[in-house]
Order: sequence, then structure tokens, then C-alpha cells
Amino acid sequence: MTKTQKFISVLLLVALYAVIFVLEQTLAPSEMLFTVLKKGAIYALVAVSMNLLNGFTGLFSLGQAGFMLIGAYVYGIFTIPIDARASVYQYFDGGVIQFTVPLVVALIMAGTAAALIAALIGLPVLRLKSDYLAIATLGFAEIMRAILQWDKLGPVTNGSNLLRKFPTFNDFNIVTGGKTIYMSTLVPFIIVGVCIFVIVLVINSSYGRVFRAIRDDERAAEAMGVSLFAHKELSFVISSFFAGVGGALLAMYQMTVQASAFKAAMTYEILLIVVIGGLGSVTGSCIGSFLFIAASEWWLRGLDSGSFLGISAPMLFRAGFRKVVFAVIIMAIVLFYRKGLMGANEFSIQGIANFFKKLFTPRKRSAK
Amino acid sequence: MSGSVLNIKNLTMRFGGVTAVDNLPLEVRRGEIVALIGPNGAGKTTVFNCVTGVYEATDGSVSFLGKPIAKGTTPDKITKLGIARTFQNIRLFSTMTVFENVLVAKHMRMRQNIFSAAFRIRKEEQRVRDEALALLEEQGLLHLKDEAASNLPYGLQRHLEIARALATDPELILLDEPAAGMNPQETSELAEFIQQIRGKYKLTVLIIEHHMDLVMQISDRIYVLDFGKLIATGTPAEIQENQRVIDAYLGVADDA
Repeated sequence: MTKTQKFISVLLLVALYAVIFVLEQTLAPSEMLFTVLKKGAIYALVAVSMNLLNGFTGLFSLGQAGFMLIGAYVYGIFTIPIDARASVYQYFDGGVIQFTVPLVVALIMAGTAAALIAALIGLPVLRLKSDYLAIATLGFAEIMRAILQWDKLGPVTNGSNLLRKFPTFNDFNIVTGGKTIYMSTLVPFIIVGVCIFVIVLVINSSYGRVFRAIRDDERAAEAMGVSLFAHKELSFVISSFFAGVGGALLAMYQMTVQASAFKAAMTYEILLIVVIGGLGSVTGSCIGSFLFIAASEWWLRGLDSGSFLGISAPMLFRAGFRKVVFAVIIMAIVLFYRKGLMGANEFSIQGIANFFKKLFTPRKRSAK
Repeated sequence: MSGSVLNIKNLTMRFGGVTAVDNLPLEVRRGEIVALIGPNGAGKTTVFNCVTGVYEATDGSVSFLGKPIAKGTTPDKITKLGIARTFQNIRLFSTMTVFENVLVAKHMRMRQNIFSAAFRIRKEEQRVRDEALALLEEQGLLHLKDEAASNLPYGLQRHLEIARALATDPELILLDEPAAGMNPQETSELAEFIQQIRGKYKLTVLIIEHHMDLVMQISDRIYVLDFGKLIATGTPAEIQENQRVIDAYLGVADDA
């Protein structure tokens, strides 16, 4: 990337954040747009972290929901205000943990906890290949879900009851003398932006190069002096760290956390985003995430509630129909856009310029 | 100059009931080009895989630069010791560029950790980039540096694979059929190239090859394997005269 391109990219990002800030001050906080932006940003982070593992390192792992769950719980457990604990942990005498940590520390703890557990289960699991790795990590996520609902751990995890009353996105709004400065979308965007930036730095480093080498040809990578296990483990730990942070953000977004919600279906949604965006494309995962969330939460809502695109057909458009349409769209994408929206390419100014140049250059009659 | 670089003693590799390599002795001395030849299935590549740690030998020992390589040493550690290899069927990182292929080989010698690498705290990245560019220039591949490896024509892919192996700073390079699929013209260029890199990078070379012209032209010594057993060893002239080798592998002049 040249200096000017870098400059334009930074400028565009700043503009994006500025637009979000302005939108938040002008539109009603209940707008569907903000739901999509918040949830989209969180899913973008988790999708990028999954892409690091599945797309860049070639490890087909399905443990993402498990690591998000760990992150969400660690965040919740350590940020519930002390005076609220008695009511949250009502069946467990207020729980055993009687202190809180600052929000940023809790986010880092959420990531670190997920990363530590990833390092542990990576020891046996990363020796497996492809499908077997997928099955093992999927199993891990299910086990995590069961453990966190276990009654015996109740004093820490609140058993199968909700965790709530911890700081949420709305706590980012600043109230000054009757006026509110809305930051509940901007702050998560900034956190996600920083996290994705770090992942991109890793991908662009020597380690990222080695991850891709492992994906392309394990044996050749090994013959180049690359320790397969150490680098797979590293990729797994980094990916899980950010999945953990993503889980913590999801907890903030949802305002409550319950282990039973972190089902395998959540991992599939993220996998879907990664595939739609393109395996091996960070920007693809981001774009895919917002498209996916917008479609499932917003644009296709009408399919469930009677009228869609001005067509009123309550007999057809009723609860559940949205999922049918969604499934068809996904099948179409997988059939016709097998490499996803972006393939392994990144979204760039140069890319768009080239696309339009090609579009407007008159095609030559004969080849060459 | 004549120190032993690779010293293999009684190497035996069994897969179930099949003995792929049977009690093989093999020595490569500093600066030599040694060829390992024999009919298909004679166990030549198995020898390479035992030396590079892909297989753990059933029996026998391998010493490199006078020190025995411990059993169970993984391939990456063996590469780090200074043994590089190429593969019979080309194994490049196909989605990555020529430049990146060479850079991967430099990774293990970078003084860094994940943090210093991601945030570019030390100048390691710049150092290896410069080294890799210098290597590509020496190899005449510099103009292709941003090309995807899979887009290169076959001959250049072979060349890149050797360049990538050189990037690991080896003492010993193992070439597994580097001339496979090459025409006579390319093969004779390759012969020259191998002799050239031996001098330039002070390499010792162990090569598996079926092109007898190339083998006879560049080898200092030759080992001949048949059904995993060593049937002859000697200079090219001696091997060409050896009746057992002619029977098992070379055949008479006009049926080749």
C-alpha cells in the first residue's frame, strides 16, 4: 500500500466513526440501525478472529461460541457492582466474588481467560486434522456451556440463572446537565476497531505469513523450519482471545448473559459470515457481518410479520419464513459465490478503482 | 574440507512388513555432491524423510556435522540445524507470492516474539526482507517477486523451491528429483545451477535423480539403492562399470 492509499484509508475510517457519532446524536437511540451497527461490530470482531484461524491458518475450528461464552461470563462476573450482587446471585447468597474491576481490565481479562483455556485445550486438540478438529472444538464449546450452568459453580457463575446489572453499552452515554451525548454505538466500534487492527497487524507480520504457509502446505512449512504445533497454538490462542473479548461485548450488548444462549448455532452464524465474506479476507468478514446482521435482524423482518417489500401476505409471511428465505440466500451464495464476496482479497480504494476501470473500459472483441 | 557433513549408519525403515530401507550406510563430506539413485520404489525418498525427521527411522543413526540427531527430532528442528530440502512433487506455498515464499523460510531465524513482530518493534522484518530480496536478485527471480507462486511456469517453480530452501541458510541441501519433468536443455542448465550454488553458498548436496546424464556429470560419488539395500557406491565412472548396477537399474545403453 502506498502512502496516499494509507492516508485515504485512515481518512475514510475517521469519516466512518464521525458519521456514526453524528448519526447517534441525531437519530433516536431505538433505531434499528443502531442494533445492526452494534451487533454487526461485535460479530465482525468474532468473525475476523475466526477467520484468522479458519481462513488464514487453515484450522477448521468450531469452538468460537465456547470462547465467547467464557469471555461473556468473565466480563459479567467481574463487573457486576458489589451492591447489585445480592440481587443477581439471589440463590447463592450474593456469590463468592465480592469485588469489581474496571471495564477495560474486565475486557482484557475476558480475552485472557478465553486465551488461557484455548492454550490448554489446544495441547491435545490441535494435533487433530480438519474434520476431527472441528468435532473436538465443537464438543469443547458444548462442554463449556454445560459447565457454566452447573449448579455447584453457582457462587461464581450463578448456575443456570442470568448474569445481569453489569455495565452495558448504554453506560457509555455521557449525561451532562440534562443533555446526553450518545456513545453507545461509537465506543463498541472503537473497541472492535482496535481489536481488528491488532489482528491485522498479526496477519501482516512474519507470524501471519507463517500461518498462511501452514494453511497452504503443512509439510513444506515444517521443512522451512516452522514449528507446526507452536504456530497453530499461537493462532488458536490469539483467535480465542478476541473471541473472548467479542463475547464480553456481546454480554454488554445483550445486557444479560446466560450460558444456554451460546449454542453451536452461534458458531455456525459466525462461520457463515466468514464464508460469505471470504475465507482469508478481513474486510470480507467485516462486510459479511454487517450484511448478515442487517438481513437477519432488519431487512428480512417483514418475512416473519406479514408484509415484505410492500407485499402483504400474512398466510405466507409468518413466523419462521424468514429463516427459509435466509437459507435459500445462503445456498445461492455458496453455490454461485463459492469464494465469498471478497475471496481472499481485501477491500481497498485501489480495488474499487480497478473494478470501475474494468467496468468502463470497452471490451475488446477478440481476446488479446 | 573433508569433514563429514552427513553420516548415516545402519539406517533401517520398516513400514509394517515392508522394509523400505535396509541397513543403509551413507556419508556425505563437506562440499561434495552425492547422488542417491536406484529404480522407483528403491527407498530413496524414504532416506530423505528419515534424515529430515518426517519419519522416525526403525533403526540406525543419523549424524549431522559430527553430532547425532536425536530420535524424534521434528522436521522444523532439523531444518534449523542446517538441513534444507526440496520435494519430489513441488510443494510451494501456492497462494503466496514468490517473495513471501522466501520470507517464510527466514522466519525461524528472526529474533522476535509475537508482540515485537506485530508492532514492528525491532527491525527484524526489514532485515529479512532485505536478505530475501538479495537472494531473489542473486537467483534472477527478483522481477517475479510479487507473482503468486502457483502462477509460475513449472521450471521456475522448481527454481523457487530451491531458492526457498537456500533461504533457510543450510549447510546441506537435499534435492529430491529436481530435474523431474525437465527437458534435456533445462536439465543441463540445472546441472550447472547446482554446481554453481554449491560454490556460492558453500553447500554440500545430496541429490536423488533419475536423469543419468545429470547424475554422472555433477556427482562426486554415487550411492545405488535397490529394494532398500545399498548395491553399489563409488565415483560415476565406477558406477557406470558396475555390473550389479547395470542389471538392476542402468540397463544396457540402447534400451534407455
